[in-house]
Amino acid sequence: MSVPRVFLVDDHQMFRAGVRAELGDRVEVVGEAADAESAVEGIRATRPEVVLLDVHLPGGGGKAVLDTLKAEQPDTVFLALSVSDAAEDVIAVIRAGARGYVTKTISSDDLATAIARVRAGDAVFSPRLAGFVLDAFAGDVPPTVADPELDQLSPREREVMRLIARGYTYKEIARRLSLSIKTVETHVSAVLRKLQLSSRHELTRWATDRRLI
Amino acid sequence: MEERHRAQLARAVELPAALHRSSDDRVVAGVCGGVGAALGVDPTVLRLALAVLTVANGSGIVLYLVALALLPQQPVPTQGHSVEREPTAERAAGVALATFGLLLLFAHLDVLLPAELVWASAVAALGFALVWARTDAPDRTRWLLLRSAGGGLLVVAGLGGLLAAGGVLSWVGSLGLAVMATSVGVGILLGPWIVRLLGDLSRERRERIRSEERSEMAAHLHDSVLQTLALIQRADSPGRARTLARRQERELRSWLYGDQAADPAAGDLAGALQQLVTDVEDAHDVEVDLVLVGSCPMEPRVEALVAALREAAHNAARHAGVEDISVYVEVGPDRVEAFVRDRGRGFDPQRVEPGRLGIRESIVGRMVRNGGRAEVHSAPGEGTEVALEIARNHDRTERRAQEATS
Repeated sequence: MSVPRVFLVDDHQMFRAGVRAELGDRVEVVGEAADAESAVEGIRATRPEVVLLDVHLPGGGGKAVLDTLKAEQPDTVFLALSVSDAAEDVIAVIRAGARGYVTKTISSDDLATAIARVRAGDAVFSPRLAGFVLDAFAGDVPPTVADPELDQLSPREREVMRLIARGYTYKEIARRLSLSIKTVETHVSAVLRKLQLSSRHELTRWATDRRLI
Repeated sequence: MEERHRAQLARAVELPAALHRSSDDRVVAGVCGGVGAALGVDPTVLRLALAVLTVANGSGIVLYLVALALLPQQPVPTQGHSVEREPTAERAAGVALATFGLLLLFAHLDVLLPAELVWASAVAALGFALVWARTDAPDRTRWLLLRSAGGGLLVVAGLGGLLAAGGVLSWVGSLGLAVMATSVGVGILLGPWIVRLLGDLSRERRERIRSEERSEMAAHLHDSVLQTLALIQRADSPGRARTLARRQERELRSWLYGDQAADPAAGDLAGALQQLVTDVEDAHDVEVDLVLVGSCPMEPRVEALVAALREAAHNAARHAGVEDISVYVEVGPDRVEAFVRDRGRGFDPQRVEPGRLGIRESIVGRMVRNGGRAEVHSAPGEGTEVALEIARNHDRTERRAQEATS
């Protein structure tokens, strides 16, 4: 399998240089951008497989880039990166279509794995995002929702989320729950879908109310 | 131009137009606008005609008042474009003209005042208006001077006229009152200047507050971030530099976002955990990745859990030989669960030396004494996970359940 073609979007030049250096030849960096507008142009021009997208960007943030390009370039997947960890921002980029979210303190090995994973169409959850999901989907489903299936996690999905929040890798989760890695990935992708599509009215409000930790 | 356009629009929208007062094309009460719209005449023409009639013999104002009394208010503003107009100079002029006309009318009928008096006051009022009117013209100062001079002249002339008008002095009765009138006039002349002075003062105060905030922020950054950066440059090991950077990041975050939840003084679980993370990271060169789902107030049992968690995190930092520790805490409706996990060297739980009281006493023993449970999963080379669980205060839980059902 060839190395993923990656586009870096982050307003800090130092961070982009660091990621480039750390990932080395595990990825091919086809372009960089420091704000939403030039990111859109650059991604259109280079058609990368994976975009590493900073949540906070001048010109509307990562969400603006996603809103513009998601429908236009369905083959490009987006992995959100953030230093803020504010639930509101993270939930916003996920709901705008990012395939996953990692913090900027992630190790370069984990980042390379995460890039490969989203490229393969799977979802990537950091422990913190898993915590957000558990928090947001806690409690009973409001009786008014149209699709209860979408608005709550299955017991298995909840279990997988809890293990991610506890710092387990997919492989460790698979071993612990006696599942295949593929099945774990399926569960995580299902949770991502729910997170993106759920009409659960608490979700947005929850994210807005929730302050940083 | 725009007025006409609007009037035409109004006509187009409501044919046949009944006579009414316009609610969206008005200078004083919308009489001219309404009549103009109904007749298909530019309201400005009507307004000018009324003004001329008013100045000539006061009949303009009579016509206007009669129309005002007879015409109903336009019921519904013409759809959408009934923009409430701002009190423009145009409108002020309209009102002034109406007032003036009224006075003139009285004078004409010899009811109240002699005509000279009305004219004199009108001139003075015009002077005041000139002085007070504000302009946004680019070269303000010249305009201001010109206007102030012209306005001042008019005011003086007007007041002089008032005094000179034969009847006035006898009417006013004393020189004192005349002097007072003049000083009031001067006061009004100086008014704009005083107002502007006050405006400058408050602007200056805002500036000062802003600059105080700025220097406070500078002082804070100096004491915290700059100091840390200096320390990092002097740090002899990367580990020390990392610890410093981490601590600074945390501190800066809580200062920037003023986070209540993560405030150790707030007295809830989130604050206590934040404090725990800070302590462990500072004591050892590790990063503690905390994920918390929900929160609750501190109570004795939760405190016990946090104490056991603290011990477990310290153990992991001390013995595992890794740089990252994951701490996950989930607050459920009736219990709190906590996990401390590392991917370090691990150990065989069966063969812990008797001398090591950490796990047995501080973690397992403490949890059991408080009605909770603690499990340690580890194997050499496999890392370690400590799982803690404790019930939350039962009264609270019951109350909550009752609340939920009622």
